[in-house]
Amino acid sequence: MSTEKILSSDGLPLEVSLRKAERRNKIKALLLVAPLFFFILIIYVFPIGEMLFRSIDDRKITGMLPKTFKTMENWDAKELPGEPVYAALYEDLSYLKETKTYGKIIARLNYEKSGFSSLIKKTVRKINKFEEGNYKEQFIEVHKKWGQMAYMGALKRAAPKWTFAKYLKGVDLKYDPEGEIVQVPEDRRIHKILWMRTLNVALWVTIFCFVLAYPIAHLLATLPMKYSNLLMICVLLPFWTSLLVRTSSWMVLLQQQGPINDLIVMLGIASDDNRPELMYNVIGTFVAMTQILLPFMVLPIYSVMKTISPSLMRAGKSLGGTPLVAFYKVYFPLTVPGIGAGCLLVFILSIGYYITPALVGGASGTLISNTIAYHMKSSLDWAFASALGAMLLIGVLTVYWIYNKLVGIDNIKLG
Amino acid sequence: MGNSDSFVKFDNIDKSYDGKVLVVKGLNLDIAEGEFVTMLGPSGSGKTTCLMMLAGFETPTNGEIYLDSNPISNIPPHKRGIGMVFQNYALFPHMTVYENLAFPLRVRKIPKDEANKKIDKALSMVSLQGFESRMPMQLSGGQQQRVAVARALVFDPQVVLMDEPLGALDKNLREQMQYEIKHIHESIGVTVVYVTHDQSEALTMSNRIAVFNDGKVQQLSRPDQLYEEPVNSFVAEFIGESNTFVGEVIEITKDKCKVKLNTGAEIFANPITVKSKGEKTTVSLRPERALINPSSKMENNHKGKIEEVIYHGDHTRIRLDLLGNKQFILKIPNSSSNMDIKLGNTINVGWNSKDSRALDSK
Ligand SMILES: Nc1ncnc2c1ncn2[C@@H]1O[C@H](COP(=O)(O)OP(=O)(O)OP(=O)(O)O)[C@@H](O)[C@H]1O
Ligand SMILES: [Mg+2]
Repeated sequence: MSTEKILSSDGLPLEVSLRKAERRNKIKALLLVAPLFFFILIIYVFPIGEMLFRSIDDRKITGMLPKTFKTMENWDAKELPGEPVYAALYEDLSYLKETKTYGKIIARLNYEKSGFSSLIKKTVRKINKFEEGNYKEQFIEVHKKWGQMAYMGALKRAAPKWTFAKYLKGVDLKYDPEGEIVQVPEDRRIHKILWMRTLNVALWVTIFCFVLAYPIAHLLATLPMKYSNLLMICVLLPFWTSLLVRTSSWMVLLQQQGPINDLIVMLGIASDDNRPELMYNVIGTFVAMTQILLPFMVLPIYSVMKTISPSLMRAGKSLGGTPLVAFYKVYFPLTVPGIGAGCLLVFILSIGYYITPALVGGASGTLISNTIAYHMKSSLDWAFASALGAMLLIGVLTVYWIYNKLVGIDNIKLG
Repeated sequence: MGNSDSFVKFDNIDKSYDGKVLVVKGLNLDIAEGEFVTMLGPSGSGKTTCLMMLAGFETPTNGEIYLDSNPISNIPPHKRGIGMVFQNYALFPHMTVYENLAFPLRVRKIPKDEANKKIDKALSMVSLQGFESRMPMQLSGGQQQRVAVARALVFDPQVVLMDEPLGALDKNLREQMQYEIKHIHESIGVTVVYVTHDQSEALTMSNRIAVFNDGKVQQLSRPDQLYEEPVNSFVAEFIGESNTFVGEVIEITKDKCKVKLNTGAEIFANPITVKSKGEKTTVSLRPERALINPSSKMENNHKGKIEEVIYHGDHTRIRLDLLGNKQFILKIPNSSSNMDIKLGNTINVGWNSKDSRALDSK
């Protein structure tokens, strides 16, 4: 290779004139992708960033007790703080009383340590009577809790702008008064159960979908055109029906007086006065979600099977493999990319599934997404909802990562 | 070994896919052991169908196929022991070359060291040693083709079927592979049933050729016979080139007949299928059997006008208007002593009656 500069016919170096010629195309290409780029930024990157941010944001209280927290920075939290901290606390609380905004810190502090509610209320009521100097004694006089390490320590823990408390809560952990991470009491450990149930449901739904989808996809790929088109419509039909309609039709089918229970009674599997509960529990969630997510498994597997030449199976047989051997040595390995794509898709979708478990799941069939919805709509603990959402996201990314390690993401084929 | 004249025997085979049209009609075909038989025919004439029936992927609608004198219609494909090279090679894309070749040995539970020997031998046969660990995708078309051949041979099948195995290769590679396949056939003596619609491929490779048309074998004979002595007008036109005249037999003896053409002219021909006076016939003549300005007196001697001259390197083709046939083709070698071959000139053309074959009318 010569290192000499090659000149194009107008005397410019080839590289320069090439860049010049390509510039227009590059600008065009950029303009074409720009709307999509902004769209993704606005509807995807921004909300998720906001969610992650909200889940660790704890600046509200930081802003309301600014002086207290400032003076607490130099306090090692081994024994009660000195006068300056109490003086700052006095100033902050007086200001909050003046502006009548002290109500907002009560909930936050009470979450850190119960008992703060009465403590703050009582203190604020009497704060006008405080005299200058010796605030520490006066505080302890108003309420002896001000002289206890548990409360002062809790106050210090509320100081940082960022907190992972919501994430700990999401896996049934919390900070104890000494600032150590401990499990919540046994009777309040509900989130771990929810996570396990969610994973369990997602796993089984994926397995059921796979077992049902594989033969369907195979039929779709091998039947003559006129039958396979019909079958394809049957597979796609659920997509054209409202999700709500499909879920509620499952409710009709699965209810205790519904046709499926009638059939079970008719076949003598269960007696009439002892009809099995098929709904408002995990069974209902399994059945309805499997049906609803089935197309997401069928389509990727089908699109891979479609590309497998029938002559491969024939080759397998002509070389002496029984149909079974030809299937699992030749056909099945070639469908693995489709299976991977389908399983990943179904698993990820079912991990965050909401509407179906909400309707047919009952109490024992609700999943983590239902809890997120509850905290968004009812308890209004958006920070916690965000933390759970972020954990879900991390879970999905982990699944994706594991898949990538095991199978390789380039092997995914969606169509 | 059974009857060596018919190692593979198609006995009166019919095949229909849809119950309406017979794709193969009353097919009879005997293939001897160690023979290289080619099925040659236009697209849709039922060649692949015959191969598929032999391999066991399609069942005959009627009739029976025998392999070594045993009927095979109830034997599933994997027990027939027939090697097959598919048109698109059908190499297993997720297996290396080695694993592809090991597949038929593994399912036969052949011990590993013996299998390795066989694989080595098969690969050296197609000169692909050293490619064991490649994936099929990493091979060129010709190499994939060789792997397919090696895989079809590695388990020592009695019969190997090849369905247009060279269809996807370019001309040079195809000719090279033709030679290699032929060579392999000769060195191991396996029976080969080969399908192609390239007639030069068929002519150069086969012991015998079965010309298919319309679900029937039109002629089954050695390549030279097929070319020199076609038995009907389809074969005459399908194999090589031929000039044809349509007419009616007006005189006939044992080895000569007189045909009156539609234009009124009369020519002498060799009666092949025609039996009696008054029959309609198509007379077929190979271009190279007609001579310009023949020195000796020939039975057929007619004047024609040159309509077109096409230069072909080693020879020149001339299109004449002769006895009402405007597509009469002549081939003349390019020598220095060229006569008055110019557009519009009239020249004398002659040929012997035994070279112009009076066949069935179309
Ligand atoms: N699976 C099938 N179902 C219905 N008809 C078929 C099927 N396979 C082949 N045919 C029909 O049978 C006839 C013969 O087909 P075949 O494939 O044997 O032809 P071929 O001689 O191999 O042609 P080609 O040289 O193009 O490969 C064709 O008319 C084809 O349309
Ligand atoms: Mg064919």
